[in-house]
Amino acid sequence: MAVKVQAEDFDVGAEINGLTRDRPSIGGVASFIGLVRDMAGGEMIRSMTLEHYPGMTERMLADIEAEAHRRWPLDASLIIHRYGHLQPGDRIVLVVAASAHRQAAFDACQFLMDWLKTQAPFWKKEETPTDARWVEARASDDAAADRWRKS
Amino acid sequence: MSDQPIKLLYFAWVRDRIGLAEESVAPPDGVTDVAGLMTWLRTRGPRYEAALKNERVVRVAINQRFAQPEDAVAPGDEVAVFPPVTGG
Repeated sequence: MAVKVQAEDFDVGAEINGLTRDRPSIGGVASFIGLVRDMAGGEMIRSMTLEHYPGMTERMLADIEAEAHRRWPLDASLIIHRYGHLQPGDRIVLVVAASAHRQAAFDACQFLMDWLKTQAPFWKKEETPTDARWVEARASDDAAADRWRKS
Repeated sequence: MSDQPIKLLYFAWVRDRIGLAEESVAPPDGVTDVAGLMTWLRTRGPRYEAALKNERVVRVAINQRFAQPEDAVAPGDEVAVFPPVTGG
């Protein structure tokens, strides 16, 4: 299990290699990479600033990851989330889940992203050519996280 | 409340509207929970009123854990106030 909150970019291949190296029990790796889009709500995005709550961010991400390990038989996992000033096309987030079989890896990867989006204290500010505004939370993200709730 | 202040942290548009990233406050004795703290903060001026008027939108964390309106706030706590999160 590993959580990294950083301003710097990351190398997806190197990160996945690092995670699977010396773990021959892993049979499948699922990953998700989130990127900065160049459009939002029909407007061009020039850049984006990602702010977070140092301390709580790392704690929440570690909690989310631990919960994934309780729910699925994972051999390894990784969450990297960037903060600071980013341009369209830049990587924002990497989530990796590795398991003996693919289903646990797929499901855990999706769970980690859905929970991260509603639980980790990050805030995006989009800068258009004329304006800058804080991104509003989406009800669809809450709905995506809700489906993992145990009744 | 005792002499020890509460440390308040503000993020994203809550910080922009209040005009501060953090401050230490000593609320009156009657302020014992999150709801009470938010009510008291809104009385501190128009900037606070503007930032915190929509109680259902603003989120609160106590000592880096999400908190509910009825959760207790004690001297020495770190209380963060922020909009719904938008990472990922």
